[in-house]
Amino acid sequence: MYRKRKLIILSLYLLALLLPLYWLLNMSFKTNQEILSGLTFFPSDFTLANYKTILTDSAWYSGYINSFIYVAMNTVISLTVALPAAYAFSRYRFLGDKHLFFWLLTNRMAPPAVFLLPFVQLYSSVNLFDTHIAVALAHCLFNVPLSVWILEGFMSGVPKEIDETAYVDGYRFPRFFVTVFIPMIKTGIGVTAFFCFMFSWVELLLARTLTTVNAKPIAAIMTRTVSASGIDWGVLAAAGVLTIIPGAIVIWFVRKHIARGFALGRV
Amino acid sequence: MDKIKNNKAWFLVLPVVLLVAFSAIIPLMTVVNYSVQDIFGPDNKIFVGTEWFVFVLQDERLHSALARQFIFSFSVLAIEVPLGIIIAMCMPKKGVWVSVCLVLLALPLLVPFNVVGTIWQIFGRADIGLGGWALNALGVDYNYAQNAGDAWLTVLVMDVWHWTSLIVLLCYAGLLSIPEVYYQAARIDGASAWAVFRYIQLPKLSSVLVIGVLLRFMDSFMIYAEPFVLTGGGPGNATTFLSQYLTTMAVGQFDLGPAAAFSLIYFLIILLFSWLFYTAITHFSGSQ
Amino acid sequence: MAEILFKQVAHRYKSTSTSKTNTVAEQELALSVGDFCWQDGGAYALLGPSGCGKSTLLNITSGLLAPSQGEVFFDGVNVTNQSTAARNIAQVFQFPVIYDTMTVRNNLAFPLRNRGMKEPEVSRRVGEIAEMLELDAVLNKKARGLSADQKQLISLGRGLVRKDVSAILFDEPLTVIDPHQKFKLRRKLKEIHRHLKLTLIYVTHDQSEALTFADQVLVMNKGKILQQGTPEQLFENPAHSFVGHFIGSPGMNFLSCDLGNDAVRIADTVIPMDAQLCHQGLLQLATLDKNATTSIGIRPEYLQMSGDPQLNGKAGIAVTLESLENYDAYQMATVSFSGATIRVKTRQPPESGALYLQIPESKTRLYVNDILVNANG
Repeated sequence: MYRKRKLIILSLYLLALLLPLYWLLNMSFKTNQEILSGLTFFPSDFTLANYKTILTDSAWYSGYINSFIYVAMNTVISLTVALPAAYAFSRYRFLGDKHLFFWLLTNRMAPPAVFLLPFVQLYSSVNLFDTHIAVALAHCLFNVPLSVWILEGFMSGVPKEIDETAYVDGYRFPRFFVTVFIPMIKTGIGVTAFFCFMFSWVELLLARTLTTVNAKPIAAIMTRTVSASGIDWGVLAAAGVLTIIPGAIVIWFVRKHIARGFALGRV
Repeated sequence: MDKIKNNKAWFLVLPVVLLVAFSAIIPLMTVVNYSVQDIFGPDNKIFVGTEWFVFVLQDERLHSALARQFIFSFSVLAIEVPLGIIIAMCMPKKGVWVSVCLVLLALPLLVPFNVVGTIWQIFGRADIGLGGWALNALGVDYNYAQNAGDAWLTVLVMDVWHWTSLIVLLCYAGLLSIPEVYYQAARIDGASAWAVFRYIQLPKLSSVLVIGVLLRFMDSFMIYAEPFVLTGGGPGNATTFLSQYLTTMAVGQFDLGPAAAFSLIYFLIILLFSWLFYTAITHFSGSQ
Repeated sequence: MAEILFKQVAHRYKSTSTSKTNTVAEQELALSVGDFCWQDGGAYALLGPSGCGKSTLLNITSGLLAPSQGEVFFDGVNVTNQSTAARNIAQVFQFPVIYDTMTVRNNLAFPLRNRGMKEPEVSRRVGEIAEMLELDAVLNKKARGLSADQKQLISLGRGLVRKDVSAILFDEPLTVIDPHQKFKLRRKLKEIHRHLKLTLIYVTHDQSEALTFADQVLVMNKGKILQQGTPEQLFENPAHSFVGHFIGSPGMNFLSCDLGNDAVRIADTVIPMDAQLCHQGLLQLATLDKNATTSIGIRPEYLQMSGDPQLNGKAGIAVTLESLENYDAYQMATVSFSGATIRVKTRQPPESGALYLQIPESKTRLYVNDILVNANG
């Protein structure tokens, strides 16, 4: 009885989610003339020219490459520093541990806008302005606390007895951590990497502010596509579609773990 | 689990502390520094104490941006939380459609913020957008670029489109963790659907909702790219929220002093309200 | 209260797995009980190992599961497609299911209020049941803060408050209860049965729970009911070797043998048996193929061991002591003869030296293809 009603509501909602995305996709296959001349549900003049422009013009595709680079850097850095820290929070009590944890979480609450100017000055002063590493480090501000939080949750699910057994068996800490512990929490690492990717990929403000030419991400390039002849809607739409595809692929791969990651309630 | 007391654990935490300190404390010190000085030039600064704070707190435009921000954040919460719960309850619990639904739900969450703005900027236009065209075809006079009400509506719909899925996924995970026997027992007790929701599902959801509400409040309070791309803050400053106002002040006008003072106040407001929400919700779900 | 009748009931679970190996096992019957009846007011135990189908049988009885074959009748009314609430069944689950946000009183009142009972009546009934379950002291406390056994009592209470409840079903309800609380709960359940004369059906894999609680015990394995009877009947005359193994601590000894006209033979040892029994056994064997097995079953409790080669005029079998386990109240000796191993429960440790085993004929059972042979056919 309720089943049918639920199905209808869910379908309507998913349809509503897909509608704007379909429209973007639709537009990306049209020429600018067609777009401006009238509304059509399917491209009457199907063209791949917009995509071709992006994939051949280095001004465009460099944006994607830059984004990938700093997102990957950020994920690696965040995971590398977060793993030992999460382990410490999970297994030990130490001086100031609760306060430290809380302070880390407050960084997630920091508005990026607040850090605009200081970041520009900071990274300029260490000669890292307009580099990928600058954006990667800047994003660590909120990705590292998030990573520690998520990983700590997963690590607490592994009983301490495993650690103790390994020590009795003669493992030293680094070897134990890498060969025994990490495989046990690989789902957790996957979930963490996913969220790092997600938050770094979508962030605009800091990424735009800290870069000018060399490391400009695709998001920033898109915000500057007004030319003398007006906005190139077709190319803009194609660029948009291309930013969504990596995300879609990543979700597909982690789909089984999404529920688990959210179940920890630690987004 | 029982944790061992060991201060050497600080070595494990050190990389994180250093990294976040570099990203957070140093910039924050800079901000505090600027907030108490009047800067005419690189070598020309005077200490002005709390002058900027007073100035900022009396700023009319700041007040309106703050008011707009609160209205936005609370409206967004009021729509997204109930909607998210409803959708989560409509989701299938097992079968092949679960994966499909999860992926579709997660899609809006992975769109770069400015692309979200672009999507809706296009969608809402009467000339090239499906939404704008459809509304006008139905006889509704809709123009988000010129009409403040339409602009607000579009910004809200955009945010709901963008972020409701987060609440859905959180609630879905919460609902999945309810063992089937609870529903069986409720059936045996003759409970109505509303009673099942009130006594079995809602209590379980309250813990995930704390996180959901907190996150949505924080993130909506910091929102920048989406409304900026969509409306540019307009028409006029009808949809100018706090982040945009701050950014304009800091980068556009280069008023470092006031911008810094405002930054600190901004941060504090978020911390304060997050703490309030957290206490309120945990208190409420604890006393239930 | 009702008489619950099953007609030709069998159940097969639909496989929801997406594995590529679609083995026959997935299509097998989880339950196959045919015609069967729960008598009104009886206290039954469903006993068997994990996966034997007892929970399936329980859920078909309660209505949480609709059988893929067959029909269920409550007092003559076909309820096969009726919900649990409509059948007026109450069920207590493996772990306590309570409404966390409600007080104990509201938990107990919940089923009554849902059925539209008036408040004064609700209050009275809740008070009655709470007193019976010794929960009256905590009536106004939040259900969430109580111990596991109290929570199970609340679950039980929600079933008992309904005056028209037809049967109460228990699915391994003591699983999460502390061992020393288990005794209290079991006693309470028996009290309730005596007092209210409700039909109680209790599923468990623990034989001591089943044997102390129930008037009638049903032993199940692989979806079939192997035997239904009183605890004594199950102990003395297990209808199937599985029942013999399962009941008793330890289970019955089974020895493969060859069947003769008035005795069975295990290698070179001959054990005399009742001629009529042997005759029935041979008749059965004749209908089966040459792979049919014959064995005798004898409980460790009934075997006697001594240093005397003769006891009461009967010759004992010479055995070798393999091992001896010491328990508080008894000893468990494992002895062997003619290649067969047998366990003996005795009060005193066996004397050293030669040992002789007495196998009392009256307690020895004959099994052909694991099924008990009855001397009377």
